[in-house]
Amino acid sequence: MSENFTTDVVPMVSVTIDGVVIEVPKGTLAIRAAELIGIEIPRFCDHPLLEPVAACRACLIEVEGMPKPQPACAQVVNDGMTIRTQESSEVAKDAQEGVMEFLLINHPLDCPVCDKGGECPLQNQSMSAGRPESRFEGEKRTFEKPINVSAQILLDRERCVSCARCTRFAEQIAGDPMIELLERGANQQVGVADEQPFDSYFSGNTIQICPVGALTSSSYRFRSRPFDLVSVPSTCEHCASGCSLRTDYRRGEITRRLAWDSPDVNEEWNCDKGRFGFTYLTEGRITTPLVRENGELRPASWPEAIDVAARGLEAAGSSAGVLTGGRLTQEDAYGYAKFARAILGTDNIDFRARATSSEETQYLRSAIAGTPITVTYDALEKAPFVLLVAFEPEDESPMVFLRLRKAKTTVVSLGAVATRGLKKMGGTLLATKPGQEALVLRALPDHVKAALAQPGAVILVGERIAASAGGPSALAEVAEQTGARVAWVPRRAGERGALDVGALAGLLPGGRPITNDEARDEVAGVWGVAADALPRVTGLSGENIINAGSRENLRAFVIAGVDPVDLPDPEVTAVALARTAFIVSLDHHHSEFTQAADVVLPVALVTEKAGTFIDWEGRPRPFGQVFKDALAMSDATILGMLAKAMGKQAGVWDGAGLRRELAELGQWTGAREELPTTGSAPLMSDAFRLASWRELLDAGVMQDGEPFLAATARPVVALISEAAAKQLGSPTTITVSGPTGSVTLPVEIGDVIDDVVFLPMHSTGCSIYRDLGARIGSAVDVSAGGAA
Amino acid sequence: MTLTPVITEHWDSPDLYTLDGYRRFGGYRALEKALKLDPDAIITTVKDSGLRGRGGAGFPTGLKWSFVPQNDGKPHYLVVNADESEPGACKDIPIMMANPHSLVEGVIITSFAIRASQAFIYIRGEVPNALRKVASAVAEARRAGLIGKNILGSGFDLEIVVHAGAGAYICGEETALLDSLEGLRGQPRLKPPFPAVAGLYASPTVINNVETICNIPYIVDRGVDWFRQFGTEKSPGFKVWAVSGHVNNPGIFEAPLGITMRELLGYAGGVRGDGKVKFWLPGGSSVPLLTAEHLDLPLTYEEMAAAGTMLGTGTPMIFDETVSVVKAVTRWLEFYKHESCGKCTPCREGTFWITGVLETFEHGHGKESDLELLVSACNQISGRSFCALGDAAATPFPAALKYFRDEFVAATESPVDEKFDPVASYIYAGAATR
Repeated sequence: MSENFTTDVVPMVSVTIDGVVIEVPKGTLAIRAAELIGIEIPRFCDHPLLEPVAACRACLIEVEGMPKPQPACAQVVNDGMTIRTQESSEVAKDAQEGVMEFLLINHPLDCPVCDKGGECPLQNQSMSAGRPESRFEGEKRTFEKPINVSAQILLDRERCVSCARCTRFAEQIAGDPMIELLERGANQQVGVADEQPFDSYFSGNTIQICPVGALTSSSYRFRSRPFDLVSVPSTCEHCASGCSLRTDYRRGEITRRLAWDSPDVNEEWNCDKGRFGFTYLTEGRITTPLVRENGELRPASWPEAIDVAARGLEAAGSSAGVLTGGRLTQEDAYGYAKFARAILGTDNIDFRARATSSEETQYLRSAIAGTPITVTYDALEKAPFVLLVAFEPEDESPMVFLRLRKAKTTVVSLGAVATRGLKKMGGTLLATKPGQEALVLRALPDHVKAALAQPGAVILVGERIAASAGGPSALAEVAEQTGARVAWVPRRAGERGALDVGALAGLLPGGRPITNDEARDEVAGVWGVAADALPRVTGLSGENIINAGSRENLRAFVIAGVDPVDLPDPEVTAVALARTAFIVSLDHHHSEFTQAADVVLPVALVTEKAGTFIDWEGRPRPFGQVFKDALAMSDATILGMLAKAMGKQAGVWDGAGLRRELAELGQWTGAREELPTTGSAPLMSDAFRLASWRELLDAGVMQDGEPFLAATARPVVALISEAAAKQLGSPTTITVSGPTGSVTLPVEIGDVIDDVVFLPMHSTGCSIYRDLGARIGSAVDVSAGGAA
Repeated sequence: MTLTPVITEHWDSPDLYTLDGYRRFGGYRALEKALKLDPDAIITTVKDSGLRGRGGAGFPTGLKWSFVPQNDGKPHYLVVNADESEPGACKDIPIMMANPHSLVEGVIITSFAIRASQAFIYIRGEVPNALRKVASAVAEARRAGLIGKNILGSGFDLEIVVHAGAGAYICGEETALLDSLEGLRGQPRLKPPFPAVAGLYASPTVINNVETICNIPYIVDRGVDWFRQFGTEKSPGFKVWAVSGHVNNPGIFEAPLGITMRELLGYAGGVRGDGKVKFWLPGGSSVPLLTAEHLDLPLTYEEMAAAGTMLGTGTPMIFDETVSVVKAVTRWLEFYKHESCGKCTPCREGTFWITGVLETFEHGHGKESDLELLVSACNQISGRSFCALGDAAATPFPAALKYFRDEFVAATESPVDEKFDPVASYIYAGAATR
């Protein structure tokens, strides 16, 4: 009985280290215990997030009662143990110095040309724990240098000290054991199998944890010295995982980004997109405001451009639509939410640059917007059961993937493909055709229902549920019936923040319904505007805004960071742009939107402003401004200038002020909109259905200019089942045709439902909206070979 | 001391390797007896016998078996380490070739005792003859119902897998052997957990040497008192001594522990050409060498330890005065450098360094100050490497220096081949001149 009550309480043990007595939780490793009293034992193979391996022997210490020095990285401290480190033991000191000398005999000591020089654990520890002079006079072992273990990761084998951090990371953390130690003795080296490069989404972490300069990246190698860099803590803008980053720059140019320590979120890891995808921040930027004159965009001064934009928007009045995209900081999204309501007087606003549905809109307003954190990374790690719905963590939120891999939890994915990622999480597939999520959710097997009813069980739902009729409704029903907690994991970094601050029709900041008088009063009070100045009825959302534009029902668009290829109907979008009288585009790169705009206002990107992303948990991830002297202005600042030019006021528009307003508003505690109750829609034909999502590395504009990163993307293939392939005559390529076109791709056989074909949503050579005119769940035609 | 052939008693019988041939001399009688006993009683018997592991470390076998947790709901495994690769050791392979059924019988009894229903015999892959002999003995035993379901009506089930290694010395290290057996790259595992608790496939596993296992049927059949009449209190029993090197009659001699090297030399026909013993190793290259002054020491675990060496595999190598100790040590170190698995720094880098320096001595341009460097480097490996391979690699040089410092100093002046004609040291050199 008593055991049941003590399972969560770790007993403490008392240990003496160099004469200092400390209490540590049972199971603590000696190297960690020593850290607690400020003693740094040298180490290479040791890493707190990897299993101990005790291979490098740099951390040898004396343990009373043990005849030989013991590796501190693997030595669990026991109650009453007496440990002596290099601080008080000659044996330990001598052992550590001996290992350090050994480590250097075959190390090239090419520090002056090595990327790691200046931040190198080998360099540092050979100074702190080594002998000043080497006694080695022989010839060092040499290897050809460097070799590519992937397009992005380069390996200098002669620098390697065989600590196996990289190989253990690949196996234990990423689940991609594509690199392995080969050969024996001094010839031991990290390597890959022939024609099988280290194309892991997480490969860049190995560079960061490499304690020497053996692993470098193609994009950073020989680019700078660490001591010339200025480092700024940042938050990754690529997805809703919320990774802490460190951005390093030199002379106004970003040289690299690293994963930064954030135990509650990304631990010490990030994905390669977040690490290497930053060239877009500097290349191809719009640098000046542009205004349209005689049909052509021409550079304009800020006062002129603001004036033209203000006059155009004034003319449109409340007949405007605001599209903000999912990439904005919470502050900027809030700026748009306020600008739409208080300045333009419209509720036609949406942050979702993707397929949406009114059912999803209702679900988000009712269940997610402005709600407190319920599911955290830590909760995932401890959950007994996690159900994934329309969500592929490895591609769509890589840190969620890593945490689920780390967790001992049971994972079931409601989807059409048993992906590599799912297998790496030890998960199983609950076969669901795309679009049929509601049917499956409403008829869950008993064991899944029982698992969801366990305390701590979690449902993670991806943004793709939007396009599945009845999906959000069924999800809400399952949560209600089982008591499982639901977390909505959007793909983009700014979606949750935008939702929380009301950048969605029908919503005011903090989850307030716009139709609620009290809610409007609260908001109007903070904004300093009359309550009756705010719209009282829910406006247009999602694709309805574009559709309205295409029917000439809107007179103006304000469009922020939206990439037109993300919108599911390229033709309607083009018509809407052509037919809408006045378009203001606030953007950093040119797109169909800027080309159609009447005024283009260049905006700051994440390095040029401070801000906050809200990760999928609902956790604020604030970040500072990297380039303090940047000239570019944030969206909200520009919106404030527009408001002023339009002769209107609504609170403040600077970042700190916007955060203050948001804090003042807080979360809505009043009545919320009802949950949606849409029925399931069974499929009417047995045609091939299209399953699709955006792969982590794809043709997204924020990965532009990164050829090495792009080369590690997954091959662009059409994934079908073995049975489907047989039926088609086992072709090597297939053509998938949708309403507006077709793509021909190599076939890969996978664990896919028989009459489903998976295509990457927007990769090089395959973009389903643009190339097929098809959506997720669409019936598509599949035929063997190339297009006829 | 007289020879006491037990395991080797009937090796001159041409069909001993067959089931019939083995049975003719009482083979599998011990198994019948054992299957009627309580498994714990067998463990107690082996404990009482004082049998120590014959693979080199000399750990008490019964004690090792008793570490296996019982009634833990996990499968148990017996793994026989037949990866005999130690330079100079050649005893397990002859046993497997001449008397494979004694191994098979020992495996069945041991498995019964430790409640394993699956056993593995991991044989060094370079010796297909031994592989074939053991594999066919296992097949014969299976056909005879000695392996499989309900062995001899006892209700005990056992399968034996004969596995061929792929030629790495490190796979003789028991945890590296387990990794190799699981299909992984053979490298030693971090302990704890120890194999008795979490070994093969994370289940309780006993790993024993071939010769150790071959002792079991005789101990079970003939009893503790019979076994303990041989050897000493701390080193009871008999040993398959494999004498090699510069002797007239190299070979296998089975005699009690406690026999002296001088006596074994007598059985081996003395040093070739009436030469003198320059140095010798009691059991493999991993134990410190001894000289002629140690020939009268009893070959027991305790006496060898007292003399600063180890009994090791009990396979003495004799070197006469034609041999350069510098060259011999260099060859051994080259072996360890080649076989170092690379996992830990001291062994990987230390063997690389030491070997390079020793080669300078061999070629006559060593520096006297490097002798202290080599001692220091060996000390930096010994006791600090991940597994015993590193300790072994740090062994040959300090012992050689202790007895033959002059020879190393001489090697700072001229190449060792000038003083020691390499052809003269060849085993066939004597024959060629006779």
